[in-house]
Amino acid sequence: MKHTLYDKIWADHCIHENEDKSSLIYIDRHLIHEVTSPQAFDGLDIKKRDIWNKQSIMATTDHNVPTINRDKGITDPVSKIQVETLRDNCKKHNIELYDLDNIKQGIVHVIGPELGMTQPGMTLVCGDSHTSTHGALASLAFGIGTSDVEHVLATQCLNLTKDKNFKIHVNGKLKPFVTSKDLILYIIGKIGTSGGTGFTIEYAGEAITDLSIESRMTMCNMTIEAGAKSGLMAFDKTTHDYLKDREFLPSKKHYDNALKYWESLVSDESAHFDRTEVFDANDVEPQVTWGTSPEMVTPVDSKIPTPDTVTNEEEYIDTLKYMGLEPGVEINSISLDKIFIGSCTNSRIEDLRDASQVVKGEKVSSSIKQAIVVPGSGLVKAQAEAEGLDKVFIDAGFEWRDPGCSMCLGMNDDFLQPYERCASTSNRNFQGRQGDKGRTHLVSPAMAAVAGIKGHFYNVKEFMNEK
Amino acid sequence: MKNNNFQGQVIPINRDNVDTDLIIPKQYLKSIKKSGFGPFLFDSLRYTTTATLDSNSDRTEVSSFILNQTPYKKGTILIAKSNFGCGSSREHAVWAIQNYGINIVIAESFADIFTRNSYANGLLLICLDKNIIAKIINDALSSDSYKIKVHLESNIITLPNEENISFTIDDSYKERILNNLDDIELTLQYKNKITEYENKIKQTKPWLFDNE
Ligand code: SF4
Repeated sequence: MKHTLYDKIWADHCIHENEDKSSLIYIDRHLIHEVTSPQAFDGLDIKKRDIWNKQSIMATTDHNVPTINRDKGITDPVSKIQVETLRDNCKKHNIELYDLDNIKQGIVHVIGPELGMTQPGMTLVCGDSHTSTHGALASLAFGIGTSDVEHVLATQCLNLTKDKNFKIHVNGKLKPFVTSKDLILYIIGKIGTSGGTGFTIEYAGEAITDLSIESRMTMCNMTIEAGAKSGLMAFDKTTHDYLKDREFLPSKKHYDNALKYWESLVSDESAHFDRTEVFDANDVEPQVTWGTSPEMVTPVDSKIPTPDTVTNEEEYIDTLKYMGLEPGVEINSISLDKIFIGSCTNSRIEDLRDASQVVKGEKVSSSIKQAIVVPGSGLVKAQAEAEGLDKVFIDAGFEWRDPGCSMCLGMNDDFLQPYERCASTSNRNFQGRQGDKGRTHLVSPAMAAVAGIKGHFYNVKEFMNEK
Repeated sequence: MKNNNFQGQVIPINRDNVDTDLIIPKQYLKSIKKSGFGPFLFDSLRYTTTATLDSNSDRTEVSSFILNQTPYKKGTILIAKSNFGCGSSREHAVWAIQNYGINIVIAESFADIFTRNSYANGLLLICLDKNIIAKIINDALSSDSYKIKVHLESNIITLPNEENISFTIDDSYKERILNNLDDIELTLQYKNKITEYENKIKQTKPWLFDNE
């Protein structure tokens, strides 16, 4: 019997098969943050339940924290209570917390892999839908709600129904300045935001194996925007090289055994997938979303669709109204108010390097009200500063912030004012996502940087050729 | 939900991809409780301005939004199109729907994480065919009152014109909803098996436990 990577990790963690086709699945790693955990801890307290395995848990503060003037503490009293509740819960239960005063603090999906908390073959959960990110390291990772957070705290398990297998095979090579962000937006544009519902998606093919782990994480991260809870990529040499020397990796004593296990984390040749889609990396141009769903996406050198090309006209009209755009308008002519480079999709060192290449020696357009760079973690920030990237951004007129989710969801003070338009490297362009009535266009870090310099969208390939 | 039968006014939301950011915007996720989200359900569609958890008064309603209109305002059964509950995993979306007084959501399809969260809280989700959804939305929008009956025991929905529509629902899900079971307690029945499994992987994957 041939098995997919997903089948293998699933089987390896299955404790018991229930009568109703669901299975009791063991969870190896649990990441928690301030927003989706308080009610879970509360639930444990009420029922006087213990935590099953504290060692499996890592906590950080990211969603609701300031990215500026941290020495002043959290000024919003409601946010403060939430962060302090996490602190209290971690202290009470003796859980490792990477808090604001720790250089290892950062967005949960950035620090998990960075610290080696995320390891191949693990089942990994977090009360956050972008937990799919960790699949880039061949770990079965998915987001859960707060009741499930409580369930995992108390039992180290979840009752799950197995997904179907979906393979997305990408042939060829990405063109220069086209990134994995463009590729995943392109794919979501093709399969739609519910194309992956009920599936776990494995990405494969030359274009995928060519990618760095950071770039792979960007794709697995946005897998949830295609409707699938988990994205997976096979273990290979790139994975191994990335993992080397991470803090929480298996110790010397066990390393060889672990590596042997990790090397088995690939789909068997001719394993059965319930669905397969094939794409060609050559077809992908830099992408820009124009609407309020990630599937509303188009190449930068194209136009907003016209009514005759859409299936749901009512939704299309509402969307354009919300976005303040007209049918047939050239994407390149859209002017921006704000630029946001950050989020668990694109705030790793490679993303900042990409954007800084564009920004170097340039100035942010005077028509841009604010351009911010928010590194994904304290370690990313320090690395960027060691490379002098902070100076490149600051000299150009970008603000250089402390790590957190920031303007990806605008729970802290970083958000869009009504009707402001933002080129954002994050993952969701939903109505109000970055601020009430705010307008979000999702792009790659390099494309966001170019938009900041030009004041409007512009093809990064041309920009770099002209540079 | 304690009853097997349920009757209520329909709240039609004529949209695909109703995401959880739309159901409950981020500024209300700062709460550390499971209650109090009802006043903020569909907040950005319902009011012209935003509020915060601790200050929510004197806001102007958007009169064209369905929840600001009679009879929908007092509705208890929400109906929408495909991919309902997509996006963020925030369980606050389910709490907001329930806090508002809605007991059932009907749609063409639901996002995976939202479905789990609904199960965990006993919010009943029912999938119906696209054409039936379109008809119910249409009829509900053009009637002064549009109440439907959901018979959970027999898996049947009765429309106001007495037409019966059957739906399928997972038996274990139904049992959990009807009996309000404690999921954690159910899992802890397998305590010994979990420990046994853990002892096994301590041998086969010792690196997960031993960092020395
Ligand atoms: S950066 Fe955005 S998407 Fe990622 S975890 Fe934070 S809020 Fe969620």
